[in-house]
Formats: sequence, C-alpha cells, structure tokens
Amino acid sequence: MLKILARSLLSKPAAIAPPPVAAEHMEELARQLGARARARLGRSLSIREVDAGSCNGCELEIHALNNPFYDLERFGLRFVASPRHADVLLVTGPVTANMREALERTYTATPDPKWVVAVGNCAVNGGVFAGSYAVVDGVEAVIPVDLHIRGCPPTPVQLLAGLLSLLETQKR
Amino acid sequence: MANQDSALLAYLAAGAEMAQRPWPRYRLSRDQWQDLILHLAVADWTLLALWGEPTIVYATFYDSAAAAIGVASLDCPDGHFPSLSGVRPSAIRLERAAQDLYGLTADGLTDVRPWLDHGQWRHAQSPPAGAPAAQRAANDYHFLPVEGEGIHQIPVGPVHAGIIEPGGFRFHCNGEAVVRLEQRLGYTHKGTESLMVGKLPEEAAQFAARLSGDSTVACSLAFAQAAEWATGTTVPPRAVYLRALMGELERVANHFGDIGAICNDAAFAFMLAHFSVLREEVLRIAESCFDHRLMMDRVVPGGVTQDLNPIGEARLRAFMPDARDRLSALLAVYDNKPSLLDRTFGTGIVSAALARQFGAGGYVGRASGRDIDARRDPGYPPYDELVLSVPVLPGGDVNSRLMVRAREVEASLSLIEQILDRLPGGSLRVPIGRRAGEGIGLVEGFRGDYLAWVSLTETGAVRRAHLRDPSWFQWPLLEAAIENNIVADFPLCNKSFNCSYSGHDL
Repeated sequence: MLKILARSLLSKPAAIAPPPVAAEHMEELARQLGARARARLGRSLSIREVDAGSCNGCELEIHALNNPFYDLERFGLRFVASPRHADVLLVTGPVTANMREALERTYTATPDPKWVVAVGNCAVNGGVFAGSYAVVDGVEAVIPVDLHIRGCPPTPVQLLAGLLSLLETQKR
Repeated sequence: MANQDSALLAYLAAGAEMAQRPWPRYRLSRDQWQDLILHLAVADWTLLALWGEPTIVYATFYDSAAAAIGVASLDCPDGHFPSLSGVRPSAIRLERAAQDLYGLTADGLTDVRPWLDHGQWRHAQSPPAGAPAAQRAANDYHFLPVEGEGIHQIPVGPVHAGIIEPGGFRFHCNGEAVVRLEQRLGYTHKGTESLMVGKLPEEAAQFAARLSGDSTVACSLAFAQAAEWATGTTVPPRAVYLRALMGELERVANHFGDIGAICNDAAFAFMLAHFSVLREEVLRIAESCFDHRLMMDRVVPGGVTQDLNPIGEARLRAFMPDARDRLSALLAVYDNKPSLLDRTFGTGIVSAALARQFGAGGYVGRASGRDIDARRDPGYPPYDELVLSVPVLPGGDVNSRLMVRAREVEASLSLIEQILDRLPGGSLRVPIGRRAGEGIGLVEGFRGDYLAWVSLTETGAVRRAHLRDPSWFQWPLLEAAIENNIVADFPLCNKSFNCSYSGHDL
C-alpha cells in the first residue's frame, strides 16, 4: 500500500482541466433564473441526486464525477445524503408514476433557494420511455426545472460543464 | 442445439412442440402443467424465467446435467394458471409481477400482494396485457409482520442517501441485529415490455439497451440473440467477436467500480479511489474503441453498429498488462488489511442451498458454490473458441463475492487479449428477416445471466417480448443474507450484491 501511495504522490494528478461552461446552459439558466432572487452561496453548492426511475446509466456517470479524474469537490460542488442539506436536486429518469410522489416530497423537503437540474434525455421529456402508462414524461411534469443536461447518458464532462454553469450564474 | 439427452426436454416433450429456437417451447395442457409442478418437487431444474401475456403463461427451466434450456407454456383463456411458487419459491415475485402486468392470476400463490403495481399507473393507457388488473389503491401495501419484544422498524427509501436507484427497504431490528429485511421494489417500473410491442426488433433493441444501464451490452446482446434466432439470422463472425469484446469490457468496468465501492462501504476509501480510476480508464478506452463510454446501442439485432477503432484497440492492448499489475497490487493491499477483512469475512452469508434453490447466477451464485456461467453453459459464440475460466468459491460471504469478481476481472482480461488476437475480418451487420418466429437468448452479464425472449408477427414486428434481469433471483437472497447481521453492515452486503433496480422493475 505504501508503494502505491508513494507512486501516487510522485505522479501527476489524474484530474482533468475543467471543461468550458456551455453557452446553451448559460442561456437556459439566464432565462430560468432571470426573474428569481439569486442567492450568493459562496461558489459552493450541495447536490442531492434523485433517481426518478432511470436505467442507472445516468447514475454511473454522475458517480464518475466523484472519481479523481473529474474530482467534483474541487469546484465546491458536493453530493449530500439528504434533500434537507441540498441546494440543487439532480434528477434522472423519465419520472415513473411510482416515483412521482417521492420526487415531489424530496422537492418539498429541499430548503429555498433551490435549483433543479434534469439529467439525461429521459429526465428532459421521458426519452425513449415517453408515452408509457408507467411514466409521466420528464421532470418538468412534476417540479420546475432550471437546467437540462441532455445525453444518454450525458458524459461526466457534459455533467461537469452543466453544473459549472450553475456556479457561474450564481457568481454574477 | 437442443440436447435430446436432457431429462427436462424429454419430460416437456409430452406437450405440443412450438416453433421456438434455439431451445424448444412445449405447449402443455393444464393436466401436464399440474404434473410438471409435482415433478419439479423432485427434479433439480432451475427456474430461469416466468412471464406471460393475457391468456398464456411461460416458464423457462435450465437442466444443468445436460446444459439444456426448455420452455413450458400453458394456455389460460380464463387468465388463471396453477402457481409454481410452492415448488420454486423463486417464482413468487415473478408470479406477482405477472399478475400486475398481464392480468393473470396465479392460483395457489402464497403471497398475493401486488409487486410492480403501486396503484399509480395511468390505466387509461393499457399496460402490456391490454387487460389491466383492477386499479389498486395506492397505499394499501403491508409489510410482513414481525412479532417480539423490543422489535423496532427502520423504513428506508425509495430515495436513498447515496447516488443509487430507488427502492424500499423495511428493516425489523432487535437492537443492532436485523431480524428481517423486506424489500419493496417496482419504483422504477417504466413499462418497458409494452413499449417494445409493435416495434421492429432494431427499434425494440433500444429498450433492451436501457433495461439496466450498467448491463446495456449484455441485455442488448441477449435481445439480439433472441431476435436473430427468431428470424434465422446468422451474425457475421467479426460482429460476434466485437460483441464479446464489448461484453468483457463492460464486465471489467463494473467489477472495478464495485470492488472499490464495496471496500468504501467498509470505510476504506483508498480502494475506491484507485479502483474508480481503473474503471474510468476502461470507460475511456471503451469510448475510444466504440464511441460510447457504456457502449450503449452498439449491439443490435443482426450485428454491431460500430467497428473497433484502431486507436482504441492500441490503447486497449497497452492497458492489459498495466491493469493486471495494478489489480494484483490492490488485491495485495486488500489481503493485508485485517480491519477490512474483518468487515468482509463472514458477513452476509448466502448458503449454497439457497443459491441453488433460487438459481442465483453471477457472482452471487458462484460465491456460494454454483459452478455456472451462461458463456459456458449452455454457451454461445465466440466463447466456444476461447479459453474461459469460471471462478467458484464456497464461502457465500461478502469476501467471496468480492474475490469471485476479482478473479473474473483476470479472466476477462485474458479473454480480451484472446479476442483481439483472433478478431476475424468481414462485415459488421446483416439485415434481419421480416418474418414470424420465436427466439430466446441467454447472455452472461457482469451481474449474471440475462434472458431475453421475443415473439415476432408475420411482418417481423415484436408481438411480445420479455427481458429477465439476473437480479430477480438475487434480490430475495439479499433478504436472507442480511438476517442476523447488524444494520451497519447492510450497505456492505447490498453493494456486494449490487442488484439492479431498473432491470428488475422492467
């Protein structure tokens, strides 16, 4: 173990350079947040991830944000275990009928001010599952959404770009 | 392919043989179905799947002695069929799901509570059956009671504390010890099977690819095999090898991720950091090989959509020896940390008898002594041309499941090298025929065996399809594994299983 630690100390960090903030995300956020009070949270956001019926592909890539390559916490972003501690809800999945109430309750439990980010094509409009008797076709059908990050699933770089734009918007 | 020496197939042959490939389906009369139930009490055939449609129920069995698969079906015009749950407890949840989804009634089913149906579906639109069960009340689900002094309950979910899928867990505890864990699943039910109906197999494949994102290659392959058998399509050899390459990459990536995560749930974050780097490197190589990190939608009926990128291939070849060295160094750390081993040894034991009874596949089965692997039994190409080692351990605890996975990574690294060395040239994909047919596919994913079944109409569209995730037979064992363990060890046990919620919930 000491050998591995020594090697890690001597080698370059695995972390990648932060991706540029996507223009489309900034436009959408400016639109969504324009009329709302912009709280300054000191460039630090706590994120609660809610799987509202995804295939778990999005979860795998959100998980990857915590690995040493993307190292989300260096940007002041971190995942928290409870909606009560969260500023941002990161919601995946087409929102199944069976998860609708749980998503509503999670949103209610999150203190204001809060942001909702819909992650993945399913969360945007139901994706390939749209129209099923068992899904409600996207997060917006249940709670207001501030930012959409598309992809099936979005890559960690795309996720990072979206979340960083959220920080940028707040900084202004 | 059907082995006539199989006692299972010989027994089922009393029924009328239907055109299903590669394994036969026999339509049984009600008396024959009843006899089958009696015979199952003495035969050691494993239940592989059970599904239905409004007037037919299908049950698939595996005869390990002859490595043969047989499907029995029963026409039930009145919607009733005799339950298999008395002789195959693994059928209980499958039959509860069949009641919810297809409007069937399993006569004699001991647990009649709904399973996937939480009383929330939009019944104006039809569930797969087209004949939905009566609208259920949303909140009348009762967990099994536990009686005793000082018993308290811990309700968990459906929204969990980590970045994981939703599901309900109800713990009954006495002090720290878990007296009973009961799962409530179905939160991620998306109506996948109903969405596949009426689509051409190429379109329906995207739902197989999204049954469980972590097993997208395996489930896509199982569905592709079923559709290819149904239409009599022969896949080009290069595609067969590329599919296997993707499958092994998927296995390696998931095992790396989970080995690290299991150690992290025992509060040893060092392993998570290093294994998550390994996982990320595999995903990046997968992206440079096949242009998608999870290789989603790359395996389709008729072949594959993407050829192996030469730059990706070079990266993959270079990664092999490196991955082997780093894995063995990390396993040496694991082996020399008594505080970590103290958490994984003897924790969450699944007995060999229970694993056999439920037909648990994957590392859950192999860590409890089941010497099974769909790549070998019954097997599918190209694995018949490759040297495949299947690790089996008897312990049944968290450590055994972790070690089986570590050995499987080593086996997969060897397979990847064999595949790259033997990769044939030629085309990647052939069109599949537009004709009626019925096919079945069985593929070993990282978690266990994925079964897909499809029945096509005259125009080649999906009449009915069924996808069975290995988690169906692993989730119930998790309930057994945690019994008498402490609540604090649940995350550890759960991660060592890593069952799929989405794959199970359909």
